[in-house]
Amino acid sequence: MKTCLIVDDSKVIRMVAKKILDELGFATEEAADGQLALDACKAKMPEAVLLDWNMPVMNGIEFLRALRELPSGGDPIVIFCTTENDLDHIQEAMTSGANEYIMKPFDSDIIQAKFQQVGLI
Amino acid sequence: MSPEDFNFISTLIKARSGLALTPDKAYLLESRLMPVARKHSHNGLEDLIAALKARKEESLIIEVVEAMTTNESFFFRDTKPFDLLRDEVLPPILEKRAAKKHLKIWCAAASSGQEPYSIAIVLKELGAQLAGWNLDIVGTDISHEILTKAANGQYSQFEVQRGMPIQLLLKYFDKKDETWEIKPEIRSMVKYKYYNLLDKLSPLGGFDIVFCRNVLIYFDPKTKGEVLEQIASLMPEDGRLFLGGAETVLGVTDKFEPVKGQRGVYART
Ligand SMILES: C[S@@+](CC[C@H](N)C(=O)[O-])C[C@H]1O[C@@H](n2cnc3c(N)ncnc32)[C@H](O)[C@@H]1O
Repeated sequence: MKTCLIVDDSKVIRMVAKKILDELGFATEEAADGQLALDACKAKMPEAVLLDWNMPVMNGIEFLRALRELPSGGDPIVIFCTTENDLDHIQEAMTSGANEYIMKPFDSDIIQAKFQQVGLI
Repeated sequence: MSPEDFNFISTLIKARSGLALTPDKAYLLESRLMPVARKHSHNGLEDLIAALKARKEESLIIEVVEAMTTNESFFFRDTKPFDLLRDEVLPPILEKRAAKKHLKIWCAAASSGQEPYSIAIVLKELGAQLAGWNLDIVGTDISHEILTKAANGQYSQFEVQRGMPIQLLLKYFDKKDETWEIKPEIRSMVKYKYYNLLDKLSPLGGFDIVFCRNVLIYFDPKTKGEVLEQIASLMPEDGRLFLGGAETVLGVTDKFEPVKGQRGVYART
């Protein structure tokens, strides 16, 4: 079973994402900010990360850059999932090492389509 | 709804569009046709059907038929067929046409344009390999309204995220407020026109590759077979047909056979 780390400061969003990812056959872990997510990755690298942008302590883009510096930090497929929907943010995410980008609000069709495109399912 | 009314309306719709409605789908009539009834100030479906019976008004019939179409579509729907198009189907077809440099592709149920634009992007991504080629992509549909949307090439955030990879979104769309608009270089590759698959298809001309996806599922077996036979007659021997995930030619027509190892792709027999 593939693992996906869900990183979002909203408990509700994490719950919705978890439910969708459960149905797609993923084992999920959760983190409420970038720092907690980084700690989780250091303990055990997940196959996929679903990543919010705006979070306290450490935001999504800071997490992503730090992740990609870690040993095997290049392995996880990182999919942003954020309300930021302007071209500048998307470009920045992609050049910082994101693999895909979801603009909130999302639904299970979108998650499924995106995970399919990056070869996770 | 009375059995007579159901009979009348389902016969009319089937004759016009091929849509085969079984009585268990009567709820679809309610949900799709109530807005039409209201728009024409009818109290309910009974009144709308009575009006259809009394005056065989063509514009009202067209409205009813269009309202009954299901237009759901996604970019790169099911992903795999578009990989197969690029990796398996196109190479031999392009090689054979290298002298003429002319390729003709038809989307037989284009809906709001996601499928023909996905094909156009696949071709565009082939880049220099298709330099100097004359590429015809024709998208047809029975719904005028959906064809207008297709030609406009404007999609909501929801629609573009259903299947369009982010890199291709950045490359081939412009963002205008909350709308994503397909770039003119892609939009201009597709020509849209109204065409009913139940009509004689030969005036459309010939096509090397035909996408006829997620429309035959609505037809009865006899109609499926007739449409597929007509499509076969528009294609050269090495032509390829793409059907939707839930569709097949087996038991429907012997004019096509599945291509081994290429799911959803069919060759002429
Ligand atoms: C579900 S959509 C499929 C769109 C696209 N091919 C895809 O797979 O995503 C079906 C389309 O078929 C069209 N359609 C239904 N009956 C038709 C007919 N008799 N002739 C042409 N188009 C028809 C509908 O208007 C609708 O847009």
